[in-house]
Amino acid sequence: MTVLEQFWKGDQKALATLISHVENQAEDYQKVLSSIYSKTGRAYKIGITGPPGVGKSSLVDKLTLKLCQNGSKVGIIAVDPTSPFSGGAFLGDRIRMQSLAGKKGVFIRSMASRGGEGGLAKSTYEVALVLDAFGQDFIILETVGVGQIEIEVSHQADTKVLVLTPESGDSIQALKAGLIEIGDIFVINKSDREGAPKAVAHLNMILDIKRHTEKWNYPVISTSAIYEKGISELQEAILKHQKFLTSHLLLEKNRKEQLKNELKNILERKLKQLLEEKMGDSFNWEETLAKIYSRKDDPYSWSEKIFEALKK
Amino acid sequence: MERKIRVLLAKPGLDGHDRGVKVIAAAMRDAGLEVIYLGLRQTPEMVVEAAVQEDVDAIGLSILSGAHMTLFPQTVELLKQKGAGRIILFGGGIIPQEDMDKLEKMGVGKLFGPGTTTGEIIEYIKSATRGRRKEEAIF
Repeated sequence: MTVLEQFWKGDQKALATLISHVENQAEDYQKVLSSIYSKTGRAYKIGITGPPGVGKSSLVDKLTLKLCQNGSKVGIIAVDPTSPFSGGAFLGDRIRMQSLAGKKGVFIRSMASRGGEGGLAKSTYEVALVLDAFGQDFIILETVGVGQIEIEVSHQADTKVLVLTPESGDSIQALKAGLIEIGDIFVINKSDREGAPKAVAHLNMILDIKRHTEKWNYPVISTSAIYEKGISELQEAILKHQKFLTSHLLLEKNRKEQLKNELKNILERKLKQLLEEKMGDSFNWEETLAKIYSRKDDPYSWSEKIFEALKK
Repeated sequence: MERKIRVLLAKPGLDGHDRGVKVIAAAMRDAGLEVIYLGLRQTPEMVVEAAVQEDVDAIGLSILSGAHMTLFPQTVELLKQKGAGRIILFGGGIIPQEDMDKLEKMGVGKLFGPGTTTGEIIEYIKSATRGRRKEEAIF
């Protein structure tokens, strides 16, 4: 039996093989994606993002338990950073997802970012397609610990959850632009710690402005993943947001926007490939650099020439 | 694109001494490998389930508790049952030579004792996993 045949029968090993195939951009990976594409678009994608150490993985663990209570299947893509120096990675999200071991319908895949910018891995979008086609009802995208501008998850998830802690306090102010703008639901995790009510109030204050001009109410939820507090509220908020998007016809609009983004990405990747092929190993960098360094040529007219040549 | 070697590391059984396995995880990351660390108190079932989902090339178990003659054979057996026999199972800990010999006969890969350098382990992983993965027909 081929891998795809096993995949359609619901075999986890075949799913894992296809994910690797797509993640490694192995030969004909695009053909794999083409052949499964008609079966995608059914899964609901939840993005979980936030600074390092706020408890994203622990929260995903507990949230997934709730989501699969009524038999829903959940796929998790947990991204951790690739070292820019060695190209290796330490993927530790599973340490915090122990309660999902052996859980039927749950599939967890750790991904190294592999040059992906914006908090997700390079092939997260494609890997989510594979999980979608496999029949997962929910796909959770857990980003790396992010700063202010890593907002790639907003191009891929239907509902974006931003996780912070009571200690985020003053830095919430700094997050006003960027990260905070992409959240649909806000979570103060580790709310058993001091300062949680203040952090919630702080967030509410910032969000009030948005609430006045938009139809969604941007809820702020206190959770404690280790004491399993607030998880039901978080699940309800996500499902409420899903309903909100559907009833306001925003789901289709947002997904088309995501699709546009992805189509552009694919073309960019192809153009980059073409450029690398054309420039190849035979390109005489030394001569070019000597000319530009000595100001006989300049980078801008040089790139124009290269670009003109590529167009032919 | 060059395929990254993916390794799953775990501490099975009742054994909380994880300093060693963490040192090895860091060394592997620095050698360009992708390391999935599962943490403490894992059962062979948990380890094999994660290894299948993560599509790893090798599993490393760190066992300092003396339970190696139970945990390694169980893991080997489960890997076979899941059709994942191509995954290299290696390990480290306080394991007497005669037990090492027995385990290797059962299909366990190399077992490393005290004094091993991280370089030796990484070299072993690289050479043991090379060419192990047979490309299956997708279509």
